[in-house]
Amino acid sequence: MWLSPVKLHIPDGFLSTPVAIVGWVFALVFIAVAIRQTRDQLGDRQVPLMGILAAFIFAAQAINFPIAAGTSGHLLGGALAAILLGPWAATLIMTAVIAMQGLLFQDGGLLVMGWNILNMGVITAFVGIATYSFIRRLTGEGRRSHLAAAFTGAWLSVEVAALATALQLAVSGTSPIELGLPAMAGVHALIGIGEGVITVGALILLETTSSGVLREGESAPGRRGANVIAAGLLLALLVALFSPLASSHPDGLEFVAEQKGFLDLAVDPSYEILPDYTVPIISDPVLTTIVAVVLGTLLVFVVAWFVGRNTTRSEAAGD
Amino acid sequence: MHYNLTDQYRHQTSFLHGLDPRVKVITAVGYILAVSLTPEGAWWAFAFFFLVLCLAVYLSQLGIFFTIRRSFIALPFILAALSVPLITPGPVIWRIPGLNWAVSEPGLIRFLSILLRSWLAVQAAILLTAVTRFPNILWALESLKFPRVLVSTIGFMYRYLFVVADEVTQMVRARASRSARISGAPRRSVLWQGKVAGAMVGSLFLRALERSERVYAAMLSRGYDGCIRSLTRFQMRQRDWISLGLAGLLLIVPLGLGWMV
Repeated sequence: MWLSPVKLHIPDGFLSTPVAIVGWVFALVFIAVAIRQTRDQLGDRQVPLMGILAAFIFAAQAINFPIAAGTSGHLLGGALAAILLGPWAATLIMTAVIAMQGLLFQDGGLLVMGWNILNMGVITAFVGIATYSFIRRLTGEGRRSHLAAAFTGAWLSVEVAALATALQLAVSGTSPIELGLPAMAGVHALIGIGEGVITVGALILLETTSSGVLREGESAPGRRGANVIAAGLLLALLVALFSPLASSHPDGLEFVAEQKGFLDLAVDPSYEILPDYTVPIISDPVLTTIVAVVLGTLLVFVVAWFVGRNTTRSEAAGD
Repeated sequence: MHYNLTDQYRHQTSFLHGLDPRVKVITAVGYILAVSLTPEGAWWAFAFFFLVLCLAVYLSQLGIFFTIRRSFIALPFILAALSVPLITPGPVIWRIPGLNWAVSEPGLIRFLSILLRSWLAVQAAILLTAVTRFPNILWALESLKFPRVLVSTIGFMYRYLFVVADEVTQMVRARASRSARISGAPRRSVLWQGKVAGAMVGSLFLRALERSERVYAAMLSRGYDGCIRSLTRFQMRQRDWISLGLAGLLLIVPLGLGWMV
């Protein structure tokens, strides 16, 4: 447990209350869509299948292998579930896993569970599947390209989830973005390799034993829309990152700057790209932050939705 | 993360065990919310919340140190907040010897507040699962209008969690017992070991998929129509209402005073 100190289950108390509640709102929207999408595809089988596969992911997270110097590679599972079953089923499964870990084992908080679900369920599933299908489209249908795509998807899913976690901690004023982001990104760039290797190993086994499972997954719900949603999530993250409001204590940096030595740890603040940008009227920094993040996210989602709809239309017209 | 896969529920016949699960879920979440909303540095408010927790633990008859013993599970995450005392501006009260990094007073207050909130919240969650059977927590969530399918799925997961976890334990043991290395022989590459772990995950997935088919067929043959019905029923009695009201009072008053002072 001590060997992977920067893990992704955020406990209660580490996110500010408004941030936590915004997370729950977003999470519930995704959960509602996931429930509808999987019900359309699975019908009666929805609850037993999703429940047992959630138990599978929970248990599979315990399988690890030694990498180096006491660290071990293990699985988060969102990307693998999305590749096998589609992003919406993966979202539902990961939600059940995270809810179980929080409710029964107190791994991850209850009030902040919305963000834990978004980070480890929604983001991993959609980033994983979108990267996977994007690379497959670029590189063709070979076996190698399939595995390379799965590795990249799994690696990126963990990385983006870690970035999102760092961002939420920064917005809550718990961990400054200048330190938290590089630390999270660095550690999870390594952890992501373990995720990628296990995901590929699992796919190799499934290919050699029963290719039917994989083909079944191809028709899973939400595969086509996944790119749009993943792109939306990524853009929302970028907008939030480059928003000057991502740091709730901007004046803290001058304080840091006065500290000898500590300054060397901090990289250049990313938010100077857009200097002097604030949402007027609201003066409270925490509130402005939330408003800016929510607005940015909504904006990106609207844009992504329009883009997605137009592509679908032109595809339909092309047929 | 290794979980203790024995049941988290601790049976007793205490007052807390006998309460309606909805009251317990609302109170626990309300407690975490109240602690989360308590302003930084309102030490006596935090102290009051700690006393409320102690009262609840006392009422549970689980021993006064029950929650504290398990409360350090969130400890590793403190690393994320470790820089807070160093980056929050304010009067310097201490310099870390050797490094000469300045610790500011507001930074330290913020850091300790984050720590306290997290510590109290995790204890509330521990107590909730210790005094309420997990199916009853799920029942409470469902009757509090959480998405029904999600709650049923979690319930189903709970039922098979220990079965699948057992399978994994066996697989890991089997791998360990076949993984002896002849001294002098080269160590297998990390990639190879990762592939083995991946194959274990893959075969576990196949087993889970097959199990779900069998379970579903068995359910169908027993008249499953897509709706899971539970025999669990609770009625709010007088003492449930009184407990809920008292709990609300105990949470709102210190919170209000914490903001006023």
